[in-house]
Amino acid sequence: MSQSLMRDGRPRSYVAIVTMLLLTLLWCIPTIGVLTTSFRTRDDAITSGWWTALFNPVAADWTTANYGGAWVGANMGAAFLNTIVVSVPGTLIPIMFAAFAAYAFTFIDFKFKEFFFLLIIAVMVVPIQVAFQPMLNLLGPNGLGISGQYIAVWLLHTGFGMPLCIYTLRNYMTTLPHSVVESAKVDGCSHYQTFWRLVAPMSMPAIAAFATLQFLWVWNDLLIAKLFLKQENTTVIVQLQQLLGTQGQGQELLTAGAIISMIVPLLVFISLQQFMVRGMTSGAVKG
Amino acid sequence: MSTDTEPVTAPQQKTDDAQKLTKFQPGRGLLGLLGMLIVVWFLANLFLAFGYYPQWFGHKIVIAVLALIAGVGGAALLFWFLNMFVESLPQRFSLAVIPYAFLLPAFGLVALVLLYPTIQTVNYSFANSDSTAYVGLQNYATIFQDSEFWASWINNVLWLLIVPAFTVGLGIVVAVLADKLSATGERASKGLIFLPMAISFVSATAVWGLIYAYNNPGQAQTGLLNAIVVGLGGEPQTWLAIETAKLNSLLLMVILIWMQAGFAMVLLSSAIKGVPEDTLEAARIDGATEFQIFRLVVIPQISSTIITVYVTVFIIVLKVFDIVYVSTNGSYDTNVIANLFFNRLFAASEAGQAAAIVVTLLIAVTPLIIFQIKTFRDAEAAR
Repeated sequence: MSQSLMRDGRPRSYVAIVTMLLLTLLWCIPTIGVLTTSFRTRDDAITSGWWTALFNPVAADWTTANYGGAWVGANMGAAFLNTIVVSVPGTLIPIMFAAFAAYAFTFIDFKFKEFFFLLIIAVMVVPIQVAFQPMLNLLGPNGLGISGQYIAVWLLHTGFGMPLCIYTLRNYMTTLPHSVVESAKVDGCSHYQTFWRLVAPMSMPAIAAFATLQFLWVWNDLLIAKLFLKQENTTVIVQLQQLLGTQGQGQELLTAGAIISMIVPLLVFISLQQFMVRGMTSGAVKG
Repeated sequence: MSTDTEPVTAPQQKTDDAQKLTKFQPGRGLLGLLGMLIVVWFLANLFLAFGYYPQWFGHKIVIAVLALIAGVGGAALLFWFLNMFVESLPQRFSLAVIPYAFLLPAFGLVALVLLYPTIQTVNYSFANSDSTAYVGLQNYATIFQDSEFWASWINNVLWLLIVPAFTVGLGIVVAVLADKLSATGERASKGLIFLPMAISFVSATAVWGLIYAYNNPGQAQTGLLNAIVVGLGGEPQTWLAIETAKLNSLLLMVILIWMQAGFAMVLLSSAIKGVPEDTLEAARIDGATEFQIFRLVVIPQISSTIITVYVTVFIIVLKVFDIVYVSTNGSYDTNVIANLFFNRLFAASEAGQAAAIVVTLLIAVTPLIIFQIKTFRDAEAAR
C-alpha cells in the first residue's frame, strides 16, 4: 500500500476514508429525504421519490407552503410553544432539586446515606411504565385534578429525571477538591451558602451536560405528554404522532412537521454537544 | 470521604457565630414554614387557574411565560424557605437535619412518581380491569395464556439480543475508523453520525417512513427501499408487514440502531483514545498485527466502557415503545411488551392485565438493578 501521509504525519488510510464516507452518507440519507420532501409540493411528492428532486432541482416544484400548513393547519405552532413551556422547567427544576441532593451525598455524612444512594441507582432502571396507572389516578379528576396541565408533566419529568441527575452530579462533585468546601466551613459558611457560592458554580460542566440530556429527553418524550397533557397543551411530538396516525395525510405536511419537531433539539444538541460529550465520557470512565 | 468532623471543629473556630446560631429562632422558623406553604398554595391555584380560567390571561403566550417563571421560580423559592426553616433550628439539631432537608424535595418526587407507583402497580396487578376489586392471580393467569403476551416478549428479547450488540459493534467500528481520519474528517463524520441521537423516536420513525414507504405496483415508488427494489426489476414490498424471518421487526430495529450508534461511538471513541500509547507500542515491537493489537490490547482496556454502553442501550431497548407504537402499533407480529401494556391499559381498558404486564417487565429489570449496584460498589471501592 502506498504510504501517503496526512498533514499531522499519520499514514492516510483509504479503507477508513471510504468506509466512513459511505457510513456517514448512509446515516444522513433518511434526514436528507425528509428535509427534501418537506419543501416539495404535494403533487410532486406523490408522483416521484424525493431523490428525483435532488438530482434535478431545476425541474422540481419547490415550496415553503408545507411549513405554513403544518404550523397552522396541523397545530404545530401552538404545540411548539407548549413544548418550550414543558421542556424548560422540565429541565431546570430537576437540576435544582438534584444538585442539593448530590451536594448532601458528596459533602455531608449522615445516616442511611448509602441506602439512599443505592435507592437512586435502583430506580434509575425502573421502567416509567409503572407510573402511568397510579399517576393518572392520582393526578386525574378523582385525585388532584392537575392532569392535563403543564405542572403535571413537570412533576413527572422532574421525578423521572431525578435519579440520573443526582447520580451524574454526585459523581462529578466527588471529583471536586474537598479542601475548598472544608475551608468554606472554617470561614463560617452554612451548607446552603457553600452550595450556592462554591459547589454549584464549580459543577457547571456536569450541570450543563445533564441539562442537555434532560432537555432532549423532555422535548422528545411522547408518552408522558400524550397521557398527561390535554390536547390544547400538547407538544410537537404528540402532534407529529397524531399526524403519522392520520391516514391520507400527505407526506409533505408530515415531513414539515417532523422537521419542526426536530429543529430545536438539533440546535441544542449541536451547540451544547461539547458539554454533553465531556459529561458522558467522564461518567462512563467512572462507570 | 469523611467530612464528619466539622460539626465539632466549625463552632470552635468561630465562637461568636456559633453562639448566635445555636439558639432557636422561632420567627425565622415560622417564616420559613409559612413561606413554603404560601408558595405551594399559590402555585396550585395559579395552575388551576391556567386550567379552568384561561381567558383571564388573554393570550396563550402570557400563560406560557407565567408558567415558566412560576415553575422555576417557585421551585427556587421553596428551597429558600426550606433552608430558612432548617437554619432557624438549634444548631446541633439543624446540622443533623440539613442533609435530609437537602434530600427531601428530590426524594419526595422520586417517591411520588417512581416508588409509590411501583408498589401501587404491583397492587393493581391483583385487581380487576378498573382496579375496584381484588381478583387474586387472575390477571397473571390471563396474560400467561395469551399468545400475544409471549409473542411480545419474544420480540422484546429479539430486540435485546440484536440492538445493543449491533449498536456497540457499530460504535466500535466507527470509533476506530474515525480515529484514522484527519482531524477535520473525524470531527465531521462523528458529528453527523451522532446527530440522530438528538431527535425523538417519533420523528425518527417518521424519517424512516420515507425509506420504507410503499406504493402500489405501477405507481411511482416514493419509498427509497422500494424504489431500489423496483429499479432492480423486483416487486414493491410492504416492508413493515413482512413477518417472514421477523423482517419487519428487524427493519424497526434499524431505526433504533441508527439513533443510538452515535452515542456508543462517542463513548467508545474517547475510551479508545484514552488507551496508553506505550501499551500499543510494546505490542508493535513484539510484532503484533494491527488487528491483534486491537483485539488483545485495546479491547481489554476499554471493556468497562463497552459494558457501560451495552447496559445503557439495553435498558433503552427493554422499554422500547414509541417506534413500534407509531409505525405498526404491534400488528404484523411486531408487538413489544411496552406497547402491549399501553394497548391493554388504554385501548382494551384492562388495567389489571396491564399492571401484570408491567410487573413482568419489573421482574426482568431486577437483575439489571443488582448489576448496577454491584458496578457502583466496585467503582466506589476502587476510588
